[in-house]
Amino acid sequence: MAALLQVTNLVKHFDAVIAVDGVSFALQQGTCFGLLGPNGAGKTTTIEMLEGITEPSSGEIYYRGQRVNAGAAREAFRNDAGIMFQSTALQDFITVREALEMFGRLYSRTIDSDELIKICALGEFLDRDTRKLSGGQRQRLLLAMALVNDPQVVFLDEPTTGLDPQARRNLWALVQRIKAQGKTVLLTTHYMEEAYELCDEIAIMDHGRIIAHGSPKALLAEHFDEVVLQLPRSDILGPIENVPLNLTVQGDIVEILSSDINAAVRTLLAHDVSLAGLQIRPRTLDDLFLALTGAALRT
Amino acid sequence: MNLRRFFTVLAARNREFIRDRSALGWNILFPVLIVAGFAFAFSGEPLDQYKVGVYAEAPLQKLVTAKQEHAFFRTSYIQFIPITRLDQAIIKVERHQLDMLFDLDSGHYWINSDSPKGYMLERVLHGAVMVDADGRRGAPVAVETDGYQRQTVSGREIRYVDWVIPGILAMNMMFSSLFGVGYVIVRYRKNGVLRRLQATPLSAFEFLSAQVVSRLWLIMAISIMVYVGADLFIDFTMFGSYWNLLLVFSLGAVSLISMGLLVAARIRSEELAGGILNLVSWPMMFLSGVWFSLEGANPLMQNLALIFPLTHIIDAARSIMIDGASLVEISTQLLVLSVMSAVFLLLGAVLFRWK
Repeated sequence: MAALLQVTNLVKHFDAVIAVDGVSFALQQGTCFGLLGPNGAGKTTTIEMLEGITEPSSGEIYYRGQRVNAGAAREAFRNDAGIMFQSTALQDFITVREALEMFGRLYSRTIDSDELIKICALGEFLDRDTRKLSGGQRQRLLLAMALVNDPQVVFLDEPTTGLDPQARRNLWALVQRIKAQGKTVLLTTHYMEEAYELCDEIAIMDHGRIIAHGSPKALLAEHFDEVVLQLPRSDILGPIENVPLNLTVQGDIVEILSSDINAAVRTLLAHDVSLAGLQIRPRTLDDLFLALTGAALRT
Repeated sequence: MNLRRFFTVLAARNREFIRDRSALGWNILFPVLIVAGFAFAFSGEPLDQYKVGVYAEAPLQKLVTAKQEHAFFRTSYIQFIPITRLDQAIIKVERHQLDMLFDLDSGHYWINSDSPKGYMLERVLHGAVMVDADGRRGAPVAVETDGYQRQTVSGREIRYVDWVIPGILAMNMMFSSLFGVGYVIVRYRKNGVLRRLQATPLSAFEFLSAQVVSRLWLIMAISIMVYVGADLFIDFTMFGSYWNLLLVFSLGAVSLISMGLLVAARIRSEELAGGILNLVSWPMMFLSGVWFSLEGANPLMQNLALIFPLTHIIDAARSIMIDGASLVEISTQLLVLSVMSAVFLLLGAVLFRWK
């Protein structure tokens, strides 16, 4: 099946700094594609080039097989694209209803406003000044603005950053609903749980390059064949070096990586380790992310 | 250009301005305060031009007697000020705070030999003694003096306020255009409003045009209000066509708004924008002849003033209001303002960046 949106060897320089270095991927219709990476990895620059906000230094972007770098093809693409920025300000003194109406009139095609209001649960505060919305309400409005033109492809740049768990899960449900309507979503996020929940395909970026690409399950299977056993540090009475397993200490918790749970448990019992606090979990995208990008702090 | 998008952005900007009560209030209040200030300063009787101190044991009574006995003390446009401390009054003459001082008891008077006003008052004093003038303006007369025949004309005086009003209106326009457009666009850019609009099919030209039109109607509405209000209080001179004046101010406002767009084409910092707008507006205000005429000033300065649109707006508006100039007579200014508007708009659109 031909890709809806295809990116080929995209590069962006800011003077001597290479923010994006030869990125290529393709989005299939009706799927959610996640771009993951630490701060400064080049996610936002990549998505901004796709949105047409930032000019690529080189590389090609194709939408339905048409190059969209400039001209009428770009305007057509903008009419088909919905964008939710990481942070967006609106004009002052504007209500939720007016913001939706204003953005709707900027496009040649619009979605039924009642349906949009219902999807994004905006009905209760339509006449409220946008500056007086809570974080979750504001994100729902920005998502509604991204959907106002009934887009075929929706760009969501860290849509749940700063939201509480309820608001975050509410937004996930909205994204699932958008996907169910056959729309294509490109999502950037710092939350691996979010990417696992929403994305059919992910690409992990670091230093401007894609370092891993595939479905979350396939990537986990590709990189890990073990599970994680977690124990309270206090349950191991002697020195942990005496336990012949792959152990790491994370604060008060000891994590053991093992592909054979039975053998690991037997070893622990043989060293008089209490199993009362034992927890077993599969490897997650968090583990994959840290394994690929390192644990050093990024600024 | 897509008119639907243009009118959408125009309506949004108008709504934002009208709902911003502090900005709206200031835009109305500022010119009203200027008008009120001028009305206060220029209404009522003409101010006395000379100050003469009158010292005596009982100065008020002596002044009444002096007015009956001596024509000089009945001269118009001289303010006679009763004095009780002669020594302090003499110091005031030394400092030009008094133009002349009389001691009615001793029959002396003091003037400052470096003071032109003192010189003129002394001439008036001697003249009053010789001809015993009544100190009031009479009807036009013709008097033969040494073979020269005195001719008189009559007509309404062009006061300073008549001369300065076109400048005040244009100056108000300048501040509203530069700061009301330039500053707003920089703020939009800084807080990401422009970035969000860039992601829509809206073009830069549609956006900028909407900003120009939004500010233009606002400026014209406020200028008309100020004009009518000022005329009510001050009754200033208007010899020309109101339509011509409207044309000059409209074209002038477009040129100034375009200048604001040009300044704001790329700047992201409100502080920098404020600095540049001040750098542009203050020299323009002083060199364009808002408050005083540049006639007789250094030719270099006069030529420098021609680079500012405000100079041409004020020249054309004064020609219409004071001289009753026709469109042909102000065609040069109209042409210059049109060219400036086109150049500023073109450059502003080319240099404009959403981010």
